Amino acid sequence: MKIALDIFTIFSVMAGAFFFLAGTVGLLRFPDPLTRLHALTKADNLGLGLVVLGLLPQTHWPLDTIKLIAIWLFALLAGATVGQLMACTARRGGGQPK
Amino acid sequence: MTMPDFLLSAAAFVLVMVALGLIRILRGPEDVDRMMAAQLFGSGGIAALLLFGVATEAKAVIDVALTLALLAAFASVAFVQGISRPDSDDTQETRDE
Repeated sequence: MKIALDIFTIFSVMAGAFFFLAGTVGLLRFPDPLTRLHALTKADNLGLGLVVLGLLPQTHWPLDTIKLIAIWLFALLAGATVGQLMACTARRGGGQPK
Repeated sequence: MTMPDFLLSAAAFVLVMVALGLIRILRGPEDVDRMMAAQLFGSGGIAALLLFGVATEAKAVIDVALTLALLAAFASVAFVQGISRPDSDDTQETRDE
């Protein structure tokens, strides 16, 4: 059972790291702010989500696991809200100093 | 190759990705792009901290990751507020531009 959990952790954390790679490459290569925001939120949500998903079986049940899930949900909420705010800013003014 | 070693190498990999992402701050034409790199730095930092915390069984590091999640969210919101109200006295006027 432990081996299965370890294998699950390895694959999930590697998938999360891959999405961080994809998000970073997207952030650097995409032409305009909105597509970059798309790449960023991919790395943000999927990368972090898969990493946390991979870490869950490694933590002791009551306290750490719930804390990890709380961090993940909070990061999801924060990422979604911030993504909307930045898209609004990018679409409206682009953020150049007026 | 024990599990903590793998988790630590994954954390190092994520940090390298975030370091690459910070190049966007240098090149970013607009402030929004720079803020995105800061946001990526926030989530990359959280992921690396969590990996590090679980790998070394250090409970405090998971709390640090929670605090970083909070601060990253505040930083972006502060940025958006700063952009929409540069003189911060009459929001209606800046929104009509």
